[in-house]
Amino acid sequence: MIEAIGLTKRYGNTVAVDDLSFTVAPGRVTGFLGPNGAGKSTTMRMILGLDRPTSGKALIDGKPYAQLDRPLRTVGALLDAKWVHPNRSARAHLQWLAKSNGLPARRVEEVLEMVGLTAVAKRRAGGYSLGMAQRLGIAGALLGDPQVLLFDEPVNGLDPEGILWIRQFMQGLAAEGRTVLVSSHLLSEMALTAQDLVVIGKGKIISQSSTTEFIERATENSVLVRSPQASKLGPLLVDKGYTVRTDDDGSLSVTGATSDQVGDIAGANAVVLHELSPQRGSLEQAFMQLTGDSVEYHAEIGK
Amino acid sequence: MTLLAVERIKLFSTRSPWWCMALAMVITIGMAALISANTDDRFPLTVSVSQGFSNFGMVVIMVMAALAVTTEYRFGTIRATFLAVPGRVQALLAKTAVVALLAGVVGEAVAFGSWGIGTLIKPDADMAINSSAEWRNVAGTGLVFALAAVLAVAVGVLVRQTAGAVAILLVYTMLVESLIGLIPTLGQKIQRWLPFQNSTNFQTAGNESFMNETGGLDYPFGPWGSLVYFAAICVGLLVVALVVAKRRDA
Amino acid sequence: MTLLAVERIKLFSTRSPWWCMALAIALTVGMASLIAANTGDQFPLNVAVTQSFTDFGMVVIMVMAALAATTEYRFGTIRATFLAVPSRTGALVAKATVVALLAGVVGEVVAFGSWGISKLIKPNVDLAINSTAEWRNVAGTGLVFMIAALLAVAVGILIRQTAGAVAILLVYTMLVENLIGLIPTLGQKIQRWLPFMHANNFRTADGAPVTDGPGAGSQLDFPFGPWGSLAYFAAIGVGLLVVALVVAKRRDA
Repeated sequence: MIEAIGLTKRYGNTVAVDDLSFTVAPGRVTGFLGPNGAGKSTTMRMILGLDRPTSGKALIDGKPYAQLDRPLRTVGALLDAKWVHPNRSARAHLQWLAKSNGLPARRVEEVLEMVGLTAVAKRRAGGYSLGMAQRLGIAGALLGDPQVLLFDEPVNGLDPEGILWIRQFMQGLAAEGRTVLVSSHLLSEMALTAQDLVVIGKGKIISQSSTTEFIERATENSVLVRSPQASKLGPLLVDKGYTVRTDDDGSLSVTGATSDQVGDIAGANAVVLHELSPQRGSLEQAFMQLTGDSVEYHAEIGK
Repeated sequence: MTLLAVERIKLFSTRSPWWCMALAMVITIGMAALISANTDDRFPLTVSVSQGFSNFGMVVIMVMAALAVTTEYRFGTIRATFLAVPGRVQALLAKTAVVALLAGVVGEAVAFGSWGIGTLIKPDADMAINSSAEWRNVAGTGLVFALAAVLAVAVGVLVRQTAGAVAILLVYTMLVESLIGLIPTLGQKIQRWLPFQNSTNFQTAGNESFMNETGGLDYPFGPWGSLVYFAAICVGLLVVALVVAKRRDA
Repeated sequence: MTLLAVERIKLFSTRSPWWCMALAIALTVGMASLIAANTGDQFPLNVAVTQSFTDFGMVVIMVMAALAATTEYRFGTIRATFLAVPSRTGALVAKATVVALLAGVVGEVVAFGSWGISKLIKPNVDLAINSTAEWRNVAGTGLVFMIAALLAVAVGILIRQTAGAVAILLVYTMLVENLIGLIPTLGQKIQRWLPFMHANNFRTADGAPVTDGPGAGSQLDFPFGPWGSLAYFAAIGVGLLVVALVVAKRRDA
């Protein structure tokens, strides 16, 4: 269980994180979603006691990170896979981490095996590909067999195989009853991985809900209707209080109604339909709609 | 000329050269002021005394010169450079030229600044630069700084690693050359062939003061010969560095 | 003890400490042999002469100590360290301790190595270490290396950047402290309070002949005797470390 309570971080005059409060429940993968520069990494660093909040606090199982005894046994984190000395072997890197929290040396071999790095554990970490470095970072996070896990953009730069591996891995961890918080700027990725979503933009919280709820709420549902009698059907739907837009090719797009409702109305009024199909807005559109005003750096498209 | 402009833009668009130049000038001239203010009848101020701290400026500029190369390797921009300018030798020569020119300017600024502040503080002291030895001591500083910068760039290209290059340059310049003098008899025989001893000879020959009572070493060259020798070593090391950089994978 | 073991693993699992230690020992002892071989009637060998090159070993070990701190910042492993050990003071004190202990060992190896090789090369010269001044000069090297390493770790933590930390340490130690002596009258008054002048006073006071070069501070009118100088040097090293620890605790990692 992770709790953020009024978490705020200011750098001079810029507010990176603005009064964030949310909770992350065990047993589910919680996505931490926001555009680049929204304050996701800063928030995670404050949860982990690396950065000092300007105000507010973050608690893990009711305690601030710094008060955890042998913290790696409670919390595992992968913030940046590059946080390894390039001339140190993967095994040596995990050995010092294990030692620092009183974990047995055997545990190092176990996590190496778990992430599939046993064969290359002797090699210097600087020579690892991004995918291997990411696996080493995950091995470090799993070292203390923690109940709480944080991953910051874990799939960035990975190939499809790596992405799939990490996704299934995180879901597996949550299924074992652990608390898993994963940040990403890709809603499509989170839709496949996370059951819950905490969405932020410009350091402020935008929503906290389950992923399905978020997508339903966010994506505009409309029904596409093609009919030779469109001019008759349109006013009938407007009378029922739905919004109707006539497209260039003469088809109607109806918002606020389900396809069932549109079909019923058409049937009751003997209107011939050539097509009746529910339309779903893309996740990206939904995300843009919600965070549109809170993107840190806008690209001027087509200007 | 394009390459020089490229390297000039690269150098001035980061912060560390500005810091190094500011530090080299402010501290050296500040210390010259402190020295001048404390001179008296027993320790009289002369042209050469006003230059007492210029070595500090030189090592700071050497650090700047080495960083100009090692940071390119550190951040991978050397590859971007070699992509933009496939002639590696030209690219690195342009960098060396820009850094050396800058070092020369800083050297003159440091030297005349130190001298100027000395004349301001002690207007009655004989600070006229009139002998050729005194001209060498003051105006020669720029030449020495420029050559030392060439050497530092060469070491930077060879070592490629900031910590290593800076440590080697500083430990060699400030410690090894003087510690070698501790070897009985043999030490001084070696020292008279060491580059920075010769650059010192160029600047201080004929400029004895309470700071450097005797040159001590029996140099194989006169002051200008020493400068040529120093220049030959610096340029020679640069040639080695260029050959290595050309052969090596970027 | 756990934290010490952690820092020991970290230090020894990278290459640069090995390089620095090898360089410090090989070059210093090598130069000592060169010095010893060239001594004669005109320049006689004695215990102090065998130690002439130890300053070289010290600056190399200071570079190693600074790197132990700055590379952690450079590669972000300091954050991994603070995640594993949220008590930053504990983690950094452990690092400083491990580095200082190692520096002390290297210092003794350098000192006794230089002395030993000289004895081998010139077996007929009396190199017995029997006065306390001679003991300070040789065995005291380890203590001086230790304190210098603490100071270097502190500077590394404060600066966080390899180039800056190494340049500051080396320029200050080898150049600034000596050049300050060039200020007429005032210079020596300042010098007698500078840390590395005191380190030198500790090792060379009372009888050990003055060598020229960077160790030439011995004509100074020091405010303390040799052991007072050591305490003063240690106070500066430890004081700077305390400042560094306070800063590291407050700062975002």
